Amino acid sequence: MVTTTVPTATATVSSSAPVSVKMSARNVNLWYGTKQALFDVNMDVMKHRVTALIGPSGCGKTTFLRCLNRMNDTIGSCRVEGDIRLDGLNIYDPSIDVVQVRARVGMVFQKPNPFPKSIYENVAYGPRIHGLARSKADLDDIVEASLRGAGLWEEVADRLDQPGTSLSGGQQQRLCIARAIAVSPEVILMDEPCSALDPIATAHIEELIDELRKTFTIVIVTHNMQQAARVSQYTAFFHLGKLIEFGPTEEIFTRPLEQMTQDYITGRFG
Amino acid sequence: MNEVAIEVEAPKLARLLDATYRPTAEQAAALVRRRYARERALKLAGLTGLAIGVLALGLLLASIVPGVKAFVRHAIVLDIEFDAAVIDASGTRDPREMAKADYQELIYRALYRLFPEATGREARRELRSLVSVGAGDRLRDMVLADPSIVGSTQRVAVIAASNIDQVLKGSIDRTVPEESRVVKDRTLAVIDRLAEQGRITREWNKSFFLTGDSRHPELAGLYGALIGSAYLMLVTFLFSVPMGIAAAVYLEEFAPKNRVTDLIEININNLAAVPSIVFGLLGLAIFLNTFGLPRSSPIAGGLTLGLMTLPTVVVATRAALRSIPPSIREAALGIGASRVQAVLHHVLPLAMPGILTGTIIGMAQALGETAPLLMIGMNAFIVDVPRSPWDAAAALPVQIYIWADSPERQFAELTAGAIIVLLGFLIVMNGLAIYLRRRLERTW
Amino acid sequence: MPEQGDARDHQHIVRSFDEELKALSGAIVEMGGLAERQVADALKGLVEEDIELAARVIERDARIDELEERIDQDVIRLLALRQPLAIDLRMIAMALKISNDLERMADYAVSIAKRSQRLSEQADRKPMQSLPRIGQSCLAMVKDVLDAYVERDAEKASAVWHRDREVDEQYTSLFRELVTYMLEDPRTISTCIDLLFVAKNLERIADHATNIAEKIVYIIHGTHINRPRHEVE
Repeated sequence: MVTTTVPTATATVSSSAPVSVKMSARNVNLWYGTKQALFDVNMDVMKHRVTALIGPSGCGKTTFLRCLNRMNDTIGSCRVEGDIRLDGLNIYDPSIDVVQVRARVGMVFQKPNPFPKSIYENVAYGPRIHGLARSKADLDDIVEASLRGAGLWEEVADRLDQPGTSLSGGQQQRLCIARAIAVSPEVILMDEPCSALDPIATAHIEELIDELRKTFTIVIVTHNMQQAARVSQYTAFFHLGKLIEFGPTEEIFTRPLEQMTQDYITGRFG
Repeated sequence: MNEVAIEVEAPKLARLLDATYRPTAEQAAALVRRRYARERALKLAGLTGLAIGVLALGLLLASIVPGVKAFVRHAIVLDIEFDAAVIDASGTRDPREMAKADYQELIYRALYRLFPEATGREARRELRSLVSVGAGDRLRDMVLADPSIVGSTQRVAVIAASNIDQVLKGSIDRTVPEESRVVKDRTLAVIDRLAEQGRITREWNKSFFLTGDSRHPELAGLYGALIGSAYLMLVTFLFSVPMGIAAAVYLEEFAPKNRVTDLIEININNLAAVPSIVFGLLGLAIFLNTFGLPRSSPIAGGLTLGLMTLPTVVVATRAALRSIPPSIREAALGIGASRVQAVLHHVLPLAMPGILTGTIIGMAQALGETAPLLMIGMNAFIVDVPRSPWDAAAALPVQIYIWADSPERQFAELTAGAIIVLLGFLIVMNGLAIYLRRRLERTW
Repeated sequence: MPEQGDARDHQHIVRSFDEELKALSGAIVEMGGLAERQVADALKGLVEEDIELAARVIERDARIDELEERIDQDVIRLLALRQPLAIDLRMIAMALKISNDLERMADYAVSIAKRSQRLSEQADRKPMQSLPRIGQSCLAMVKDVLDAYVERDAEKASAVWHRDREVDEQYTSLFRELVTYMLEDPRTISTCIDLLFVAKNLERIADHATNIAEKIVYIIHGTHINRPRHEVE
């Protein structure tokens, strides 16, 4: 199968801002033990754009997402080869501190996973360990800004001391987003952030994603193709560990170049 | 449009919808009956198990209830003449001098005065055997507290001898023929006369809780063993819990998963099942012979018990760590916390209730452990209360073992009393664990 | 670019979706067949002075309108319930437009039929000699474009698209011919004007066939035929 490299034409992407590459993956291969899970993935993530990764279960999209902030390092048997660059800096370089990478490339997970602490503590934790706040007042500001950024401030301003787990699912997910943006990352990775949410909560998150991309660069894994179509400007289709097709979202969803992409998005797989 | 799909599946569907394949009403009823029968059987088995458990607990409680008798004792009220000639022959009122006086003699004189008709050697010996050999201590304490009473006569309740106490508590059966009874008829008559005169009193057995061991059961106390056990627990806790948790955290969160760590894991699990006597032998070989720690000391015993508890703590801690959802670790790592930060800030605090539960179970086990302590000589007869973990000491279970082995009648009572104290100790420890767990679970 | 032939071998996992797409395609084909017949009958009625045939053409138009309405509803329903993407989306969206083209074609056929009723009263039939030629060209285009739709054949559709220029040229020459008749003999003016309208209608029918050809190419390839369209007004 042909791995498509980044198309140079970006005229179809609806935004006036010039497009530049934030992260790039070159010849990324990944093994879990002896089983290869990613094959020669080449892909660019554009700055201030939402890139959606789609594909059937087990296609490697989440694995690839977790390569982007080295979350795969936590799995002992996982081995990554190739180049993943963040602003031209190879994040797999031995001299790079993985914690610094994760501070720059934050992550939001499938299931909302707030810490079993207060709402305030959830958001304040990241800035605290990274030493981003100079004083308590400063930290308060960061917490408020992050919660506002996640569109949650109005709902929780008067109960910051309550446990994060007491919120509804959608609110918890937005709390997790607030927690992620509190450390001022450049890229936010989202692993199926709406799969556990109802349509209204999902709409809130999607609206939020659109808002967040003005400040951050977002990569989102989703099983919901309509969602990928709604929130992203670029879409990558993975199948069996290979990047089958990558391009502007509207091209992928109206006239994909690869038969396999078409079969998948029109529900003809298998 | 759907007809096509149904047509294709029709043969299979027909099999499903075919009423002839369905059980008849009787067959269905039989099925239901069998299901109910099975459910009832299972429920019955569970209830039986529960009933046996409750019965066992009831028997245990019933068998140790007589132990409460150990908490009271009988005393004989006598008019003691604090004879200055006996107490303070030199007349200097020197406390050191007075502490050495023969107070027991004062008690005997009071008894002789009370029973003037007993004049023979044998009769007087029997009178003397009414009171405990340690009864004089109370007089000494009185004199030392208030030297002005020397020369006066005071009504004092002195501790009765063990056998007398047993008769009064009904533990020695009066109906048994005299020749096979420890307390003879004449003594019984004396006791009865004392009782008639209202000279027999019951008092709270303070020394049971406040003194060390003794050859005389009415004077024997648990305090030495309690302090010994407390030191033991302290040493065991300090040794096994930090090390156990550290080992478990390393194995669970940081160690690479390879053959070596697998081997270590298997061995730790096996270690938890090693008989405790083996740990005693280990303690004897390492702590006493190699490191030369003092024999019978809580430090040696505590380290031995710590070795024994270590695998329990490790296993419990690992289970607790594993029960924390990986999403919490990922959440922390995802915002740039290091592995150590993720574990120390999030995983470990969340696992703490589980770790505590496991630790308390391990500690409770250690508290009740006897065999390894025997190996390092903690079954020695030790009267003194230990002042540090390096002093020779007894431990509660060992004390129980020693008492249970002693021939005097009253020791049986003391054994039961000590068991009640041991169980109380355990309940306090468990209560503490539950309290801590509740508090930690609310830490947000 | 995924080839249409391949896509057909790939069934949807949800079989009822396949059935519905097939039904929509079927409605388009039925409507196309009907429109083609309308054009053919109108032409025949005109050439053979068959007034009854012309009347039947006018009558049948209601059926075309009915079909168009049904296709509209089917498309809306499919969009709402299936949220189609890629080729499915293109096919469904284009069904809406193709049915519109077919409906317009049928309207032109009715218009021709109406004029043929008037023209049958005219004695002088000489100016009509060139009409069957452009009529046949038109009819062939309609037929081929429908075949291309049924077969999902982009090549064939493309060929139809290129033939539009031919019809335009035929129309231009017919226009000159009729103007010549009118100059030679003013009595034929009324007939020639009617014929001019008929010719214009035929030319418009060919235009709609061309539109459909474009849409077939778009369904199959997701791209438009890039060459600037040869417009005749």
